[in-house]
Parts: sequence; C-alpha cells; structure tokens
Amino acid sequence: MGLESFGTVSFTSETKAADFVRYLEAGEVKTTQCQRCGKIYFPPRMDCQACSFSEMEWIEIKELGELVAFSTIMYGPTGFENEVPYTIAVIRLANGVQIFGRIGKKIPFSEIQVGMKLKVSAIKLSSGRVSFEFQPSDQ
Amino acid sequence: MKRSVAIIGVGQSPFYRKCGMSVRELCFMGFQEAMIGLSLKPNQIDASIVCSAPEYDKQRSPASIIADYLGITPGPSFNVEALCASSSLGVRVAYTLIESGLHEVVAVIGFQKMSELSSHEAAERMVRGGDVQWESPFGVTMPAYFGMIASAHMAKYGTTPEQLGKIRVKSAIYGELNEKAIFRKKINLDEILSSDMVTTPLKKLDCCANADGAAVVILGSGGVAKKIADKPVWILGLGGATRSNALADRQSFTSIPVSVEAVKMAYEMAGLGPEDVDVAEVHDCFTIAEIVAYEDCRFAKPGEGERLIEEKQTYLGGKIPINLDGGLLSKGHPIGATGASQIRTIVKQLRGEAGQTQVEGGRIGLVHNLGGPGVYAYITILGRD
Repeated sequence: MGLESFGTVSFTSETKAADFVRYLEAGEVKTTQCQRCGKIYFPPRMDCQACSFSEMEWIEIKELGELVAFSTIMYGPTGFENEVPYTIAVIRLANGVQIFGRIGKKIPFSEIQVGMKLKVSAIKLSSGRVSFEFQPSDQ
Repeated sequence: MKRSVAIIGVGQSPFYRKCGMSVRELCFMGFQEAMIGLSLKPNQIDASIVCSAPEYDKQRSPASIIADYLGITPGPSFNVEALCASSSLGVRVAYTLIESGLHEVVAVIGFQKMSELSSHEAAERMVRGGDVQWESPFGVTMPAYFGMIASAHMAKYGTTPEQLGKIRVKSAIYGELNEKAIFRKKINLDEILSSDMVTTPLKKLDCCANADGAAVVILGSGGVAKKIADKPVWILGLGGATRSNALADRQSFTSIPVSVEAVKMAYEMAGLGPEDVDVAEVHDCFTIAEIVAYEDCRFAKPGEGERLIEEKQTYLGGKIPINLDGGLLSKGHPIGATGASQIRTIVKQLRGEAGQTQVEGGRIGLVHNLGGPGVYAYITILGRD
C-alpha cells in the first residue's frame, strides 16, 4: 500500500515513504530525518539529498508552525469541484521545515492571516481517505 | 561584451482563444514572419528546436512533423520543455549549438494549442502541475500558487488589490495596440476589482488566459548573422535556474527564487546591471507575477515593485518600460510560444520596429520567462550593434 488513500484525490501510489499514510491512519503526522546528517524533511523522503544516504528515521511533528502564504480557491480542478472554497497554505516550523497543506474549515476564511500560528493534525475525510490539515493552535 | 550568437529573425502567429487550424499551420505562421527579409532558405537552417509542454499535444513527438511542414529537414529537430519557459530554454539550447561551432543557423519554434483540450481535460492537467505525490492531492491550481505569493507579498509589503489591478490597466493599454494580442480593449480599474474572485486575492482579470499560438526565433553565428539579416540582435546574457514543483521547498514567498538566481547569472554573463536595461518583457501570467518580477529583475528593491506601477515608471516614457506588447495578460499565454513571443517583442524594440510603442534609442533589452510557479526561470539579455 502506498499513497492511494492520501488526500482528496491521489495521483500516484508507490513510494518508499508510504508509512506516512499508516501514521496518518493512526492519527499521527510524521516525517523523516536523515540518520547520518540529521537533515529533517517535509514531505517525508527516504533518500537524503544533502548526503545521499538512504537511512531515515520517522519523527513526529509536534511543534506549531507560522502561516507563510495561503490562497482560498473558488474554482477547483477536476475531482475537487465539490470542496470549494478551500484554502491551501504553507506553514513554517521553528526548525525551518515548511509544510504544504490545507487550512481546516474550523478557521473562518476571514480570520486567516499570514503570521498566525497553526498546528498540524491528521484527519479522516468523509470519503474514508486520510489527510492532514492546519488547525487553530489552541485546540 | 561577447557577440558570438545573434537573433536574425523573429515572428509569431496571432494568439487566439481557439485558432481553428492545425499545430503545424500555426507554427508556419510564426515561421513565415520570422523569415521575412532574410537571405536564407528553410533548408539552409541546420537544426530546429521545437518547444511545447507535451501534456497539451495530441501529436506524440511533434518536432519531426513541424520541421517537415516548415521545410527545415533533414537537420536534427527535437523538443525541449520547461513548462511556460520552454521557448526561452529553446533559445538557450540554440545558443550552445551555435557557440560550440556545431551549427551556424538554428530555428526555435515555440507553440501551444491549448484549445485542443476540453476545459475538463485542462482542469485535470492543471492539478498535476504541482508535486503529484504530496501537493496535488490537496487540490492545487496554478492561479492559487500565485495567490499564495500575493498573500505573502501583501502581508510583508502592504501591496494592495488596486496596485495589482494597475498592472492589468497598463497591460490592456498596450494590448489594444498589439495586433497579435487576444484582448485588445482598455479596461478600467473598477472592472478589474469587481471581476470574480478566482483564488484569493486574485480576481479573474488578474489572470492570463489559455491560448493557441506559435512564435519563432531564428539564431545565427557571428560569422553568418550579418550576411543573412540587416539588423542582427546579439545575445549578451543568459541565465537559468530550477526548483522543485513542491512549493514547500521555497525559502521565500515574496520573491521567486529561480528568477533571482537566473537574473544574477544573466547580468554577470552580460557584464551589465538593471540600470543598463532600456526595455524589458517580464512574465505576467498573473498581475502579482509582474510586480514580483520588477523586484526579482532588480528594477525595484524588494517591496518597492508596486511603486514602479503607481508612478507609471514601467509605461512607455517611464524609467524602465515593461511589457509594451500587453504581456501575457493581454496577448494570452500559449505556454510553449510565450518565451519566443516575449523575445520577438524585445528584438523588434532593439531593431527600432516597435511602432507606437517604440522606446527611443533602446540598446539593451531583457526577457524574463518563468515556468510554472517558479519551477524554472530563463532570462535572456539582448543588445543591438
């Protein structure tokens, strides 16, 4: 099993980093860190671009991130038409790692602003698929 | 300054929403204009580089069909692709073929017939422009990537929707004068600000449109350029840079890192700086992209791009006139043809053939062409004798 149950629509399945989806199913958002040079990646990858080593450790993302950029999409691409409007965003963690995802609908669109603190949470979609989203930091 | 490779011919078809002709016929229109006035027969062109984004093509490996239709066989013909920067990359590859001594004359043919796809097929391909493993499953769109850049630019520098709208106002003024553009009507700021929201903060009139079109650039060595063309325009600087499709890899959302890097390479190769540039074309796929490009090309300091448009410094007669052909916003954006069309505009400026939009005495021009939301950037600096 790979990425076939990740996100609203998946476009690929096979990856050595498929454990990411298993962790999401268990309610955890994890990513990988190179065991040789210590570089932390998001999205997870099993091969290090900094030192070309291929032994990675899975680590949990617990820290809050700061919203760097976002856009609320009014016209969705094929397969996403029924979900609009939704907000895609990038958050930056204190260690510099950046995560691309969606901002959960618990946050009203009018309250979304660059600089706000957000946490990353694993979620189950109504279709039974799994994903993660950015949620208010106080929950 | 080294002057070893020249652009000897430029041409383009009109850009259309729906062209009603085949890809090869569209390319022929661009080629026909590029050959006007040259002492050159099609079969004297040593090689051709065909530039398009293959996901829009029905024809598998279109290079051979196009080269044959234009009469430029039997030399090598091949495809290069860098999304919306494909034909600027084509010009870069042509430069290396000529500079190496392998060929004397090379044609770069950029095209896209985007109407070949249904809007459903186009929307399906659009989402795959992101990182298909990790970002497309969230439902990304190309406009939304630029919406994100706009959100960061607004938060850091206070850029406003009105300032974005003023980019489109300028575009429409020059689009009206460009007989090859799709949109040839002035637009006022209120119309822009009241158009439908597509993806915050970008509205419909902040966005360029898919198009059908072809544009052609013919290059020659220093040894043959003046024998073939009256007014060769020299390639003085080239820059190119690449980043992952994944947006999370970006260290900056208020600039486009590949642009900054490619611009630096091109200025260094040319031994020039932004103050030397008389006229420029920048990649305005969205209004925010033009403001960021002002800063990334160093025509303005970071955060001061909006001042250039507020003060009309990028209009004809301003400090640095930009996109005097109406840009992608007015011309339309047939992906593979866009870079060659931008280069055509600057070559015509430097030859003194730009008509009502002529920058008097322009000697140095710059072309900034992006692929995707800052996945690729290719910069071309051109100069006349």
